[in-house]
Formats: sequence, structure tokens, C-alpha cells
Amino acid sequence: MDELEHTSYESVEEENRPISNARLAVLVLLGAEIMFFAGLIGTFLVFRFGSVTWPPPSQADVRLPIGVTGLNTIVLLLSGYTMFQGLRAIRQDRQKELKNWLFATGLLGVIFLVVQGSEWVRLVHHGFTLSSGVYGSVFYVLIGCHALHVLVAVLWLLAVFARAIAGRFSVDHYVGVEVCAIYWAFVVVLWPLLYILVYLI
Amino acid sequence: MNDHAHESHDHHHEESFVRKYLFSLDHKMIGKQFLIFGLVMFMVGGGLALLFRWQLAWPDKPLPIIGVSKEYMEEGEVTTAADRKWEERFDDDKETWIEVNMPSGVIDPAFYNSLFTMHATIMVFFVVVPLLVGAFGNFLIPLMIGTRDMAFPVLNMLSFWFNMLGGIIMMAGFFVPGGHAAAGWTGYAPLSSVPELSGVDWGQNLWCISLIVMGISSLMGSINYITTIINMRAPGMTWFRLPLAIWALFIVAILLLLAFPVVASALALILFDRMAGTSFFLAEGGGDSLLWQHLFWFFAHPEVYILILPGMGMASEMLPVFARKPIFGYKSMVFAMIAIAFLSWIVWGHHMFQSGMNPALGAAFMTTTMLIAVPSAIKTFNWLGTLHRASIRFTVPMLNTLAFVSMFVIGGLSGIYMANSPVDIYIHDTYYIVAHIHYVVFGGSVFAIFGGIFYWFPKMFGRHMNATLGKIHFWISFLAFNGVFFPMHILGVGGHMRRIANPMQYEFLQHMQWINVFITVCAFILGVAQFLLLFNVFWSIFRGKVAEQNPWQATTLEWYAPTPVPHGNFGAIPQVYHGPYEYSVPGADKDWTPQTEPNGESPHGEPIPAGATAD
Ligand code: HEM
Ligand SMILES: [Cu+2]
Repeated sequence: MDELEHTSYESVEEENRPISNARLAVLVLLGAEIMFFAGLIGTFLVFRFGSVTWPPPSQADVRLPIGVTGLNTIVLLLSGYTMFQGLRAIRQDRQKELKNWLFATGLLGVIFLVVQGSEWVRLVHHGFTLSSGVYGSVFYVLIGCHALHVLVAVLWLLAVFARAIAGRFSVDHYVGVEVCAIYWAFVVVLWPLLYILVYLI
Repeated sequence: MNDHAHESHDHHHEESFVRKYLFSLDHKMIGKQFLIFGLVMFMVGGGLALLFRWQLAWPDKPLPIIGVSKEYMEEGEVTTAADRKWEERFDDDKETWIEVNMPSGVIDPAFYNSLFTMHATIMVFFVVVPLLVGAFGNFLIPLMIGTRDMAFPVLNMLSFWFNMLGGIIMMAGFFVPGGHAAAGWTGYAPLSSVPELSGVDWGQNLWCISLIVMGISSLMGSINYITTIINMRAPGMTWFRLPLAIWALFIVAILLLLAFPVVASALALILFDRMAGTSFFLAEGGGDSLLWQHLFWFFAHPEVYILILPGMGMASEMLPVFARKPIFGYKSMVFAMIAIAFLSWIVWGHHMFQSGMNPALGAAFMTTTMLIAVPSAIKTFNWLGTLHRASIRFTVPMLNTLAFVSMFVIGGLSGIYMANSPVDIYIHDTYYIVAHIHYVVFGGSVFAIFGGIFYWFPKMFGRHMNATLGKIHFWISFLAFNGVFFPMHILGVGGHMRRIANPMQYEFLQHMQWINVFITVCAFILGVAQFLLLFNVFWSIFRGKVAEQNPWQATTLEWYAPTPVPHGNFGAIPQVYHGPYEYSVPGADKDWTPQTEPNGESPHGEPIPAGATAD
């Protein structure tokens, strides 16, 4: 038994982990996020494919802004690219570039939100609201939930950005960037799916 | 977050009361907080049940003590203190809470609806889950896998306090105008989604909000459990050396993680329908009320397995200890739990046979439901195999565990009847269902909790609970439990609907009313008996017999830790050599071989390198 006494806390806990606690936790969190959206997307599909016509007759004149939102989709996808570049930069210890890429990512995220918001304002002005039958309900809630997630991701990014400015990341310490990037990837990848489902088909 | 663990391990500083007991980061304290929370809510939920049991046995009769007397009812003649109180109340222009809900001490039908709704909600979300997953999960996971704490202690603390917040919000619902949620614990839309239909306003909103908060709490808990179990096991603790309780908790964490977000989204939709004018569940606006049932049961069937799997795991810990035999079929136990977890996602439709769903779909759900009985039966046979020809020690935890196994069998068997959609046409929405759920959740999970509290109490508090009191509590509970719930099968087959406030209004039920009376009498005995448990717990925390390190002579790692368990759990992290159920190993010097001892070697022999011994 005495042999065992030297097994120290650190050696047990940190070594031989294929994946660090923080990364694992974010991946686990994404599992929950996916199920949350699965509930909402399932709801959408029930209505979409349970209806004879879509949009339903009472909402037949509603035109969703396909073009603008398509461009906006590209904006968000671009932000995924810049985020990835930021991660690559810090992996090679290029701290200044990390800051630039993070800034670009955040900016693109904000642009996405602003465009979404202004499109919503226009739709509401046309009389298409949450209470416009199930079409309005499902549109605003599903798209709104995604927007909320982008907002959270932007705020998270802001925190990471602040720490990057303070020089807190380095080539052997960048978990903070990485977990944020994983979450960012989730909101980016989810979006085209929603765009296709809600806007295109 | 790891920094905290390092720091506090290195210098053992004195912690303030707030740090130690309220906002503790120590998994053991958080587990105890969940334990106390769950036990208190257990008494609350039980109290609600006794209220509506009174109404069922003696419909529209005033409650004892707080209700008016018979003379007052009939002639207005004041005979008791309660009469006088009520007379003062009636004089007052202001309507008090008690007058609205229980005029003259008689339970109002609307209040009756809130009572059974909240009884089930509290028992499921605020008793069984906090106790099994919160209390035992927190306490056992780091100890049994051999680590110093959870991966994220702060998240762990937040998980408890979100749970507390959810509890407060839920309890607040009783006191808002319009009363508490009354659409059943299943919250069927549109009853739950249109305030005008049930007359309940903020009660239902708070119900939804509280459950979403509970979902966040579970989310934080399961992130912690999953990360900790994957990443922080002691050296040598391979997956197939994990105690079954840890396997169960791991699987449950995954189920919670994936199931709760679905109902959270559905609850959000209900809130939108109620407060923002959407029409998800309202046919008028193109919505679909059946959608709620699908979303709810897609969550709630995994949820019922969340309620039982940790109990199964804990029973699998206690049975070998008191049978002094290895668990029968360790690996098949693990795979059965994994199979249950998978199947539980595709059986939800068995709650909806009568909903107007496509009957072909019903047949599919019937098949999958039958399939889930197979792994459940495998587990049962393994438990029986463990008991076969064992020299059983009939301690209090063992008695409770045996009750768990046998009651779970009865509940599982009634489940199979209900799973047949043609049979279910007849018994759906009757007391037969109520009997089933209580045999699995009370007879199963709650007896496992009783056993678990007795079993791990010495490790939690460093003292034993009183065994005599424990046995009295067990026998009264066991007999009264069967007295309450067995007759419900008969009521159900007799056509007694669930969720009705006054069975005497139905002529075809009147001849069975004596059964309702019998059930209520047993229910009161069952309720009163729980004070024995509560007393035993709180008395033993301070006065119980001081416990040694390994009082049950068990093999798993929590018994290797000193008693009382210090901050950081272990002096040195233990090395694990073999599986968790090495009892009565031939040739060993004693009839249990702790996981920290190399198989068949003396404790001081050369340590065998990890992996060299068989699982
Ligand atoms: C052999 C395994 C089981 C089978 C075949 C089974 C089958 C069923 C079926 C078919 C129903 C729906 C009956 C109806 O509403 O008409 C049901 C209801 C229910 N079951 Fe099970 N069950 C099993 C195990 C369990 C377990 C282990 C639990 C919980 C720990 C559980 C908890 C419940 C609950 C709470 C309900 C009632 C839900 C409600 O309507 O309020 N069951 N079960
Ligand atoms: Cu079910």
C-alpha cells in the first residue's frame, strides 16, 4: 500500500485525459442545446408537414426576406471562418492575430443580429407577428431562439476578447478560446439548417 | 475551477458557516443539502396527498382539526375551536387563502385539482430526482470513483441553488390569485395553455417557469456528473470496474441532459401561448394540442427511467453487500441499463394510446414498450440470482432493498398489461395507472432511497441511524404502502377514474367506496410513519452511534475513505485493482476484498499493476 502513497492528486487528475474537463463540458452542453432545438424544430416540422398549404391560408401573403437573410447567412458562416482562424492563431502563439480575428468574429456576429432585428421590425410592420397564427408563432420563436443563442455567443466572445486583450492566452493556455469557439461553431452550423427549413422549403 | 480544490487541499483553512453549509463547494455538503431539501419536500408532497385522500374517502366532509364540526355543518352550532375560527373568518369581508381553497374546511374541487397536480409534480421533480440524482449522485460519484470532488464545484453549488430557486417558485404558486397549476403533472394542453380553460392564471405560469429552472439545475448537474465520471476516475478504475450505482448515475445524467431540454422547449411554448398570444397548442390558430403530449412524453418517459435507474444502481450496491456474494451478471446489468436508456426514447407513445393517435403507431409503440420489459427483467433476474443461496444479512438497508426488488416486479408486471394497447383502452386513466406508477416510483425508487439513506448514512454523517427505529419504519411503511396502492389495481379495473374529486357522484363507483376509505386509512398510517424516518435522520446526525470506517464490510471506494470524510475525500488517491463486488472470494482472508486490495493477495503484498487482473 505504501507504494500507492505517491500517487498524487495532480498526476491522477490531469494526466492521461484524452480531453480536458472544460472542453468535455462544452461538448456535453451542446448535447443539451441540440435537444432543445430538436424540440423546437420538431414542432416546426409537425406544423410544416401537417399543413396542406404552407404558409397557412390566413398567412398566404407573408413573404419572408429570403434574399437579405441569405446574405446574412453568409455573414454568419464567415464569422465561423474568422473564429477558426483565431483559434489557429493562438495555437501558433500569434496573440495579436488572435485579437484581430476575435474582433472580426464579434463584428460579424453583431452584424448578423442587427440585420435579423431590422428584418423582424419590417415584418412586424407588415402585420406579421407572434400571434399571426401558428406560422407567426413558430417563425418568431424558432428564429428568435437562435438569435438569442447568437447573442449569448457574442457576449461570451466579448469576455474572451477582453481576456485576449489582457494577454491571458498563450500557446499552452487557450482553453478559454477553444470552448468559446466550440459554442460559436454550434450557433453557426445550426443556422443554415434553420434557414433552409424555415425560409426556403 | 480546479484551483479551488488544489488550494483548499493544500492548506486546511477554517471555513465560515456560509461557505461551509450554505454556499458550499464540497460535493458531500451539496449532497447533504439535496438530501435535506428532498426529505422536506417529501413531507410536503405527502401532506398534499393526505389532503386529497381525505376528500376521496369522505367526499365533501370537513377536514379534521382545521374543518368545522358536524354540528356546525348541519345546525350552525359552534362546538369546536375550529368552528369559532371559521365563524370569525366568515364575518371578515376579506377572503383568506384557506377560505378560498377549503371553505369550512372542505376541499374545493378546483383546489383538489391543484392538490393532485402539485403532489405529483413535487414528488417527481422535487423529491425523487433531488434525492436520487442530487443527493446520492453528488455524495457518491466522487467517492466511488476515487476523486476529490466534482469537476466543476461552483457549477455544482449553482445546481443546488437553482434547484432551491425552482422549489421556491413552485411553492409560491399556491399563493397566487387563481390558485396553483391544476392541469395534472402532465400539464396537458390546451388545459394548461389557455388560462380561461382551467381558471388558473399565474399558477400555471409559475409551474412552467419553475420546471424550466429545474431543467437548468439538472443541466448543470449532469454536465458535472458526465465530465467527472469520464475524466476523473482513480487509477485502475476502468469502466467495467465502476460500481453499478455509478453506471446508473452516468446513464441518468445523459438521459437528464438530453430529455430535459425537450420539455424545456415545450414549456416555453406553453408560456408563449399563455402570455404572448401564440397558438402552438390551439387549434384555432392552426396549432395542435397533441403536439404537447408528444413533446411531454418524449421527455417524460426517459424521466420515469431517470426516477428508477439510480434506485436500481443503489439496490445493486446494497444487495451484494448484504448477500455477501458478487452481483450476478455485472456486465449484463450494465448493458441492460444501457438498453433501457436507449429504448426509453422510443416508447413515449404508450401514454397516448387513447389520444386519437394513429392505431398503427400505437402498435409500434406497444412493441417497443414490450421490448423495454426485457432488460428490466434481466436486471430482476440478476438480483434474484445474487440472492440465490446467499447468507443474507437482514439489516435495514437490506430490507428496504428487498422491498425495492419485489415492489418493482409488481409495478413492472402491471406495466406490461398497460402496454397492450387493447387492454389499455380499458384501464387507461384509471386508478390502475396510479397503482402502477406508485409501485415503480414509491415501491421502487422511494424504498431504494430509504435503503440508501440507511446504508450511506454512516459515511455521510459519521454516525449510524437507529436500527430498531429503522425496522419499525420499514415494516409500517411496507405494509401501509401495499395497503394504499394494491387496492388501487382493483379500483382501476372496476373503472374508477383518476383525477376525480368526488367518486360518490358516480353510481357505478359507490359500491367500491369502502376501498377508498381503506386506502385513506392506510395512507394516513403511511404518512405518519415517515415522521419516524425524519426523526431518525435528524436525531442520528447528532446522537447516532459513532460509525467506524467500513461498518458494512463493503468493497467500494467510499468505504476506503476515512469517516467522517475530510475535505478532499482521500489521503492519497486510491489505486483500484478489480471490480466492485468481490465478496466471499475463495482463499481470501476475509469475505470481502476492497477494490483497493489486489485480488487474492494480502493487503501488504506487491501491488499488481492495473489491468493485470481480470475485471
Ligand atoms: C416494465 C416496465 C414498464 C412498462 C411496460 C410500463 C408501461 C407503462 C404504460 C403503458 C403506461 C401508460 C398507461 C396509461 O396511461 O394508460 C405507463 C404509465 C406510467 N409509468 Fe410505466 N411502465 C414500466 C415501468 C415504469 C417505471 C420503471 C416507471 C417509473 C419509475 C414508470 C412510471 C410510470 C408513470 C409515472 C406512469 C403514469 C404517467 C401518467 O399518466 O401520469 N413506469 N407505464
Ligand atoms: Cu412511459
